[in-house]
Amino acid sequence: MGSGHRPGPPSRGRGGGRPPPDRERQLVLPGDEIDAHGLQPGPGTYRVHGRTYASVLGLIQHRPPVVRIVPLSGRYIPHAGDVVVGTVTDVQGTFWLLDIGAPRWAPLHMTGTPWKIDFGETENYLRVGDSVVVAVESLESTGRIGVTMNGDGLGKLEGGTIVTVSPARVPRVIGRGGSMITTLTRHTGAKISVGQNGRIWIDGSEEAIRRVTESLRLIDEEGQRSGLTERIASYLTSTEAPAEGLMPGPAPPTRAEREPEGEPPEAEDEPRLEE
Amino acid sequence: MGSVGAKDVPVLMSPDGKRIDGRRADELRPLAITAGALKQADGSAFVEWGANKVMAAVYGPREVHPRHLQQNNKAIVQCRYNMAAFSVDERKRPGLDRRSQEISKVIAEAFESVIFVEEFPRTSIDVYIEVLQANAGTRCAGLVAASVALADAGIPMVDLVPAVAVGKVADSIVLDLKKEEDNYGSADLPMALVPQSGRLVLLQMEGHMTRDELHRALDLGVAGCRKIYDVMRQALLDKYRADGPAPGVAA
Repeated sequence: MGSGHRPGPPSRGRGGGRPPPDRERQLVLPGDEIDAHGLQPGPGTYRVHGRTYASVLGLIQHRPPVVRIVPLSGRYIPHAGDVVVGTVTDVQGTFWLLDIGAPRWAPLHMTGTPWKIDFGETENYLRVGDSVVVAVESLESTGRIGVTMNGDGLGKLEGGTIVTVSPARVPRVIGRGGSMITTLTRHTGAKISVGQNGRIWIDGSEEAIRRVTESLRLIDEEGQRSGLTERIASYLTSTEAPAEGLMPGPAPPTRAEREPEGEPPEAEDEPRLEE
Repeated sequence: MGSVGAKDVPVLMSPDGKRIDGRRADELRPLAITAGALKQADGSAFVEWGANKVMAAVYGPREVHPRHLQQNNKAIVQCRYNMAAFSVDERKRPGLDRRSQEISKVIAEAFESVIFVEEFPRTSIDVYIEVLQANAGTRCAGLVAASVALADAGIPMVDLVPAVAVGKVADSIVLDLKKEEDNYGSADLPMALVPQSGRLVLLQMEGHMTRDELHRALDLGVAGCRKIYDVMRQALLDKYRADGPAPGVAA
């Protein structure tokens, strides 16, 4: 888009076989008028006097029946079914409050765990500061975010490290069809769990954790540029040498043990930023 | 500001219409904005505007503390405007005073009217404005910084909110007062505009103006806000295009 004032109408229908005007990946700011192509205003937009405007900074996405803005910044906005990494911030008689990076703390009720807990026993299972993998179960109009620990790959995290990236970068961390995650695990042997909220749990040798952390920092800072997976791969290859003599080949984990809870099939969802 | 010390009053307007720093009546001071200047905050911005230097940080929406302030149908907007002790010539006594409380309040209310607060019930959006160096117009500079920081934080809102002060100096209506003009001028009229709707969300006045002068001042201020708006937009585009799709994506 041009510099200066209001952006012009997005270019039409360059999106191959997709429903007409999609993926024009135009950057808009709050207050920018956008061309809705007759679609309903979706998340990140609002309508006044029949005109549609952006309400957040992000990229336009026409996805019938709505036009929406995919945010490029901001806190994690939960969606039902998301798998996230959270930290316990408060313990009550029947539930814990988790910080999942969302606008509000999410209550995890003791019935949402695999454990049989008596009233008041909650602190024996999870304490303030513990980290867990949970799934977002329900979203209420009050803003309450219900989460559960019942499900494949959900549970308390033991050991390892948590690194935070912008939630907008999560699709980059996963990569198309999981390519980025595969690259990271193959080169380092680390176990990696990606929460949709941008919190990423890493476990493995100190060296592996360090290299994954550095890779994630690169992704967070340069996440929108093209050829990211290749650049991360070359970074990992270039840092491989010193480690080799010390730890003879940590067997690459199998797919199952590596990423059991599976990142939601999400990467394909976001507009492509690569050339 | 009356006539006390009239002898020391600098010449605020030369016969050929130049102001104390050489600007014409409708000219702004140089304005530079950096979006995302802080890493820790959800959103941030640094504004250098004339000799003003202002940092803004935004956190949220997040849990409300203290909890009794929580509103069950919308987010609250809390603002803290503060001047550093070293921001002015004479050391400013640190902490809350009447002036900073008032400015915090009017800025919070300006933002509350443009943010879609009902999207985040029971949460707080916290806006921190720190004036590092002051030279008149810091509430406007703070509001501009905070508005860019809010957009950087991904907060949904109607529009960015540019702001500027117009004043009356040596019987002329002039845009964007600097310190001497503010001190020795006869009126100061800060305002904040929502360009999308043309609404003003902040309008205060100190001093005296005729009705006619007020109308001219409003026109001048709105025109100034639109120039500031362009700089605000560019700051955000620069940040998000730099790490966004390569320039000239269309190709």
